[in-house]
Amino acid sequence: MAIPLSYNLRNLVVRKTTTLMTALGIALTVAVLLAILALVNGLRVTLSTSGDPLHVIALRKGATSEVVSLFTRSQFQDLKFKPGIAAGRDGQPLASLEVISVINLASVDNPGGTNVTVRGLMPAGIELRHNVRLAEGRWFNPSRREVVVGKSVAGRFPAARLGRKIRIARSEWDIVGVIDAARGAQDSEIWGDLYQVSSDLDRSEVVSSAVFQVTDAVTAKALISNINNDRRLELTASSEKDYYDEQTSSAAPLEFIGLMVAIIMAVGSSFAAMNTMYAAVARRAREIGTLRVLGFSRFSILLSFFVEGVLLSALGGILACLLVLPLNGITTAIGSTNFADLAFDFHLTPQIMLTGIAFAVLLGSVGGLFPAGTASRKEILTALREA
Amino acid sequence: MRYLSLILKNSWRNRRRTILTIASIGVSMCLLGVLVAMYHAFYLSSPTPAQALRLVTRNRVSLTVAIPASYQSRIKRVPGVREAMIANWFGGTYKDARDPKNQFSRFTVEPEKLFTVYGEFHIPEDQKQAFIHDRTGCVIGRDLADSFGFKLGDRITLTGDIYPGNYEFTVRGIFDSPPPNGVMYINKEYVEQSLPEARRGEVGMYYILVDDSRNSAQIAEAIDAQFRNSPAETKTESEQAFIIGFLSLIGNVKMFLVAIAGAVTFTILLVSANTMAMSVRERVREVGVLKTLGFTPGIILVLILGEACTISTAGGIVGYLISTLLMQAVSKSPIGGFAPTQSFFEPVVALACMGIAASVGLLSSLVPALGAARAPIVAALRSND
Repeated sequence: MAIPLSYNLRNLVVRKTTTLMTALGIALTVAVLLAILALVNGLRVTLSTSGDPLHVIALRKGATSEVVSLFTRSQFQDLKFKPGIAAGRDGQPLASLEVISVINLASVDNPGGTNVTVRGLMPAGIELRHNVRLAEGRWFNPSRREVVVGKSVAGRFPAARLGRKIRIARSEWDIVGVIDAARGAQDSEIWGDLYQVSSDLDRSEVVSSAVFQVTDAVTAKALISNINNDRRLELTASSEKDYYDEQTSSAAPLEFIGLMVAIIMAVGSSFAAMNTMYAAVARRAREIGTLRVLGFSRFSILLSFFVEGVLLSALGGILACLLVLPLNGITTAIGSTNFADLAFDFHLTPQIMLTGIAFAVLLGSVGGLFPAGTASRKEILTALREA
Repeated sequence: MRYLSLILKNSWRNRRRTILTIASIGVSMCLLGVLVAMYHAFYLSSPTPAQALRLVTRNRVSLTVAIPASYQSRIKRVPGVREAMIANWFGGTYKDARDPKNQFSRFTVEPEKLFTVYGEFHIPEDQKQAFIHDRTGCVIGRDLADSFGFKLGDRITLTGDIYPGNYEFTVRGIFDSPPPNGVMYINKEYVEQSLPEARRGEVGMYYILVDDSRNSAQIAEAIDAQFRNSPAETKTESEQAFIIGFLSLIGNVKMFLVAIAGAVTFTILLVSANTMAMSVRERVREVGVLKTLGFTPGIILVLILGEACTISTAGGIVGYLISTLLMQAVSKSPIGGFAPTQSFFEPVVALACMGIAASVGLLSSLVPALGAARAPIVAALRSND
């Protein structure tokens, strides 16, 4: 017969200081893990909302990101009339030639300056990006040195607020609007007109990439293989979604470091949990003897103390979730493959929290197993005699 | 000091608990040791004498915007500048780019100037000459050679992105450097020809060698002043500052390190506090006996605080020793490449770790120790917990 769970619960309540301290130790360990998982997940969410499967992006062959790609205007003229490209409101193909560069701006976190992506694009480029809408101000005038900035650029870089003037390469630009990309990567960009931006950067002929809107998934595939197989062009094309998914790899080192830290801390915490449970066993020697006299088997004792260790660590896991909860939604940034700042939010999901609790329970069971074994091996008479 | 042996005896009384506590603190401290060492290496260490002689000039807008090749002669005319070498980030991919091992740094440089600017690189004279005279040649750091097993005469094939096309480079030299180095240097003349006409003659950065490191700040200022209000303004900074600038690209590394270190320290504090609370609780009666024998509350306080410090410092020493081993692994990893120098023993780091360990011990036992010191004799003696 099993010892009732309420016995363990009451014991944890009686020794509340020890219980709380041990649980808090476990909670901090799990909180580190949860924070890292939320960070990586936030980055994934941002990248996956940035790319549209019906957008095709073309880069110079061999280039893995827009910033290292070189794209000439003549290549764009050849591409614009490829089959499968949707037509825009004006009847012209929805195709945008774009130039990407990065500029160094002082941010809130980093007064020394961080790289921010600047994108020069054609009017079609705005039309085809359905996920981006104007949040404040107005769009830039293509014949002026005007830009709009992403929401998180406006929030994190004091020099890039609405109404300010910003220096890109050689001239001062007016910030006339703020765009909202619903947490996509475009929130971390500054947009201006292609011709204005490329001339300011002195890159009028050789720009960076081209983006096309296609009508459906089948045409997207056809257009991609059409571009990839056209040897004359020397370009690689992929769907914009795949392009951004590929960039998730930039989170890999962070994820690895985070996991290592969490595992090392978990080893430390399970030793601490072991300590607490050994003390519990030592203090309750007489109780254990009594339980045995009452007829509970060695196995029931083992199970009971093991369960107590698990309960203790589960409490730690729940505390960890509460500790990390305020982090949810906080914006931070990471270096993207475009060599620039990519802002994203910590994104905590129920699934991540469950992982955290499971992790806590795992380290608690490792820590609880040996003390529970000691408890179950005690002889009745010696246990009863112990002070 | 008289009570040292009593403190030691007390700490060793419940062996299992002491060992578990030391192990728990040790594991956490080894993590903390790595974090402190990394923080120190990134933000607090001073450059090596050779590195202190180098400056890097780039476009003020950002590293991806080029500056003209014509700046080279103007930079060299700035007083105090001994040499200015053009260097460009080659980028490209080697085999499967998804394997981080394949993502070693590749720069195109002027071969005849490389070993002047990097005076600390050691390379046999014949290999150096072979590199200068072979347009498709490259030299690689000892670390890179070791990790891939590259030998002299081997060919390394790279697929370019900034420089489009496929390239084959012949290993003409392998150099040794004080912090082991895994960089590949390529002859700039050769790859430049693949660029579109409009982008030839563009320079990513200039590596500058100055004659006296004490003047480097003024020299950097003088270089930037030369190009102020010109189409391409420059930003010149020390090589160390330039490298640390890359760290900010990975993310907010400083905050990351501090946040984790804070969480780890707090965990250690909890572990240690818990242990001490348990030990003191079990010994209330003993404290009563000690007091009857004439031990003053002050001595009781010292005894308990001393015990906590002994245990946490022991954990700190164990942890620090493991962390020095771990740091060797970290410095070989890609992120370690950012850190300027990492010696096996860094006194500041060791002191910081011991300091944290000891103060955690003190802090964690303060509450139970004060409680025990203040407990009235009769109540303590009566306790049978």
